[in-house]
Amino acid sequence: MAESHAATVEGSGPSTTALAHHFEDMEQQREAGTLGMWVFLITEIMFFGGMFLAYTLYRSKYPDEFARGSRELSILLGGINTVVLIGSSLTMAMAVHSAQTGNRKKLIGFLAVTLLLGLTFLGIKAVEYTEKFEHHHFPGVNFKLGEHSETASQVAQKPDGAAAQPQAQKPVLDSKRVQLFFWIYFAMTGMHALHMIIGAGALSFLIYYSRKGRYTPEYYAPVELTGLYWHFVDIVWIFLFPLLYLLGLHE
Amino acid sequence: MISTAPKPSEVIVPPQRHYLNAGYGVKSWLLTTDHKRIGLLYLASITLFFFLGGAFATIIRLELATPAGDLVSSENYNKFFTMHGVVMIFFFLIPSVPAVLGNFLIPLMIGAKDVAFPRLNLLSWYVYNIGAIITLYAIIAGGVDTGWTFYAPLSTTYSNTNVMATGVGIFITGFSSILTGLNFIVTIHTLRAPGLTWLKMPLFLWAHYATSLIQVLGTPVIAITILLLAFERAVHVGIFDPALGGDPVLFQHLFWFYSHPAVYIMILPSMGIVSEIVATFVRKNIFGYKFIAFSSIAIAVFGFLVWGHHMFVSSQSVYAGMVFSFLSMAVAIPSAVKVFNWTATLYKSSVSYQTPMLYAFGFIGLFTIGGLTGLFLAALGFDVHVHDTYFVVAHFHYIMVGGAIMGYLGGLHYWWPKISGRMYPEGWAKLGVLTIFVGFNLTFFPQFLLGYMGMPRRYHAYSEEFQVLNVMSSAGASILAVGYLLPMIYLIWSMRYGPVASANPWPSTGLEWRTSSPPPPENFEKTPVVTWHAYEFKPRDQAEIVGEF
Repeated sequence: MAESHAATVEGSGPSTTALAHHFEDMEQQREAGTLGMWVFLITEIMFFGGMFLAYTLYRSKYPDEFARGSRELSILLGGINTVVLIGSSLTMAMAVHSAQTGNRKKLIGFLAVTLLLGLTFLGIKAVEYTEKFEHHHFPGVNFKLGEHSETASQVAQKPDGAAAQPQAQKPVLDSKRVQLFFWIYFAMTGMHALHMIIGAGALSFLIYYSRKGRYTPEYYAPVELTGLYWHFVDIVWIFLFPLLYLLGLHE
Repeated sequence: MISTAPKPSEVIVPPQRHYLNAGYGVKSWLLTTDHKRIGLLYLASITLFFFLGGAFATIIRLELATPAGDLVSSENYNKFFTMHGVVMIFFFLIPSVPAVLGNFLIPLMIGAKDVAFPRLNLLSWYVYNIGAIITLYAIIAGGVDTGWTFYAPLSTTYSNTNVMATGVGIFITGFSSILTGLNFIVTIHTLRAPGLTWLKMPLFLWAHYATSLIQVLGTPVIAITILLLAFERAVHVGIFDPALGGDPVLFQHLFWFYSHPAVYIMILPSMGIVSEIVATFVRKNIFGYKFIAFSSIAIAVFGFLVWGHHMFVSSQSVYAGMVFSFLSMAVAIPSAVKVFNWTATLYKSSVSYQTPMLYAFGFIGLFTIGGLTGLFLAALGFDVHVHDTYFVVAHFHYIMVGGAIMGYLGGLHYWWPKISGRMYPEGWAKLGVLTIFVGFNLTFFPQFLLGYMGMPRRYHAYSEEFQVLNVMSSAGASILAVGYLLPMIYLIWSMRYGPVASANPWPSTGLEWRTSSPPPPENFEKTPVVTWHAYEFKPRDQAEIVGEF
């Protein structure tokens, strides 16, 4: 591959200034950047993997409690957020395409829409979190399930009463185990939201420099790499939504 | 380009311009993106932590010289062995070879100007130091006593020491390890010089590639584990403490999923060093190049499938135990492939017994003992007998100290002329390696016997019948300490007073020897084109090396 590199070096304009000193040419620099991003995303998969493992373990151990906790989540809000995020991935892909074709106006536009959709997602997430705190669904000493739930009060009175229940009735749910569900919910969606915030920061950075005209069809690696990251964060949510929200649907 | 070994009569002139005199002043070091300077920055940081960890070990060995717990209280003893482990593992062994020698050598060995992401490389050093400073704060503020394993619920709920600060320190430092691994993977993939195909690469690069895979795949898991542990400790909601409905064994699984492969982060780079040294000092093409190269990858892959052997007695099912036992033994195959191939390279060769080669011999012998006792521990029945005894302590010190540090010091001597432009004093260096070898064996061999006899680890007092062996161990530790101080003193001395080194003093075949010592800031005057295999040596009487570029 090294032979083919030599030909492209004498590109003019911003492409030569964007070439770091230790690369032979833009192609090599782009290759390194893309591979670096993919390796970084693999570390992200392993990072989230630890939490997915915890989820898998406790869900298989306590399926009823997980279903009970899941029913407290709003499928409507979660569903809207899913649509919002998928939409943002589409606009992000359009932004990368606009950068490739050198359409600066479209690039700025699509980046702005992506940012807006990302912020919408975070806004809806904030509404959901507030609701959870108000209903005492955040795990800890103040944790309780809703008043209309008879199982919760039973649990509060006799936490070890599971054996005494007749079989025909619904199984008594252990409040601690429902808390485990909510803790995993907060840990995973919180970590996801943190990644969204970082992504929004990256998008703002891109918009700022697009307006300055830094990106050209020869050099748009930052747009492309942010795109990869944004799609990754999107895909994590595609897994989180059914695992957390849709779990309690059957019954 | 100098490509021949100098004749003794020749006066060697150091290069006019090199990376060490390319800029002066604190700023030229702290803001450098030169991989060679960053390697030296790491060298300074980890050396500091090596001697800090050594100081904790000294206290441990002093306490254990007598059966009664008379030097430190049991609480403080818990802190000292914990901090010894934390400092040595996370702040010395993990970064040791990759961050110092890997950083310095990988771009040189592949004929590149720098690593793929020089600024991330510098960032990784800062991240390391931030984590290190936070951990130092935890140590000064009173230490931590959970053992370096941080098992829940002791770490999440019951320990009253600085678990939080230590955890945060390790969490942050983990990112420096990820950045280093990421950088090396991309560097080796994209920046190799024209003609340098994968199967022409020096084995040092294969070893570092495998190491980087582990760093990139394993470290994020310990990061999320520590994060969950920290939250659990801070707000008492979480997933590990049974009092909160959680499962403490989940912590052990997550912890060892990183921490077992972490052992291979420590040993694989040293194996790469030994491959380089053995080939150079017998002046022969290494035996079984492809087998050694792919055994590094095999160790990285198998290494991720054996973590359960740390939990044979932690409520893990017997069937899982059997699978993990089998897989743990399977790691011995790629490890043995390496040892056999090094030995086969030595067969019927004429060896130059210079210091790096002596370290390599030390590595091969001590690693073999450490590896074989690892097989004992992988056997389910025997492991129950020696679980949490000094047998385990001796085993992993043979791997990490006898193996990893021997390789690290061997590599430091081997590449010292390239790094500093000066030769180390050979006589002192030979005395050093001998002292380390004797001291090491006297320290840790008795611990195999102690463990087999049933002395548990992590206690500050023991029965009287164990005293003779413990005194031997403590005596060995003081010899070992002298052995480690020697290289530090004479290497620093040699930076100023050592004889000036030629570009290729051994001589060897690698690209790093085909540029001046020390190399210029951009490594090579022109991009090399590689036409030779990594270990293509000419016969000994012809001093020149194969290939020009």
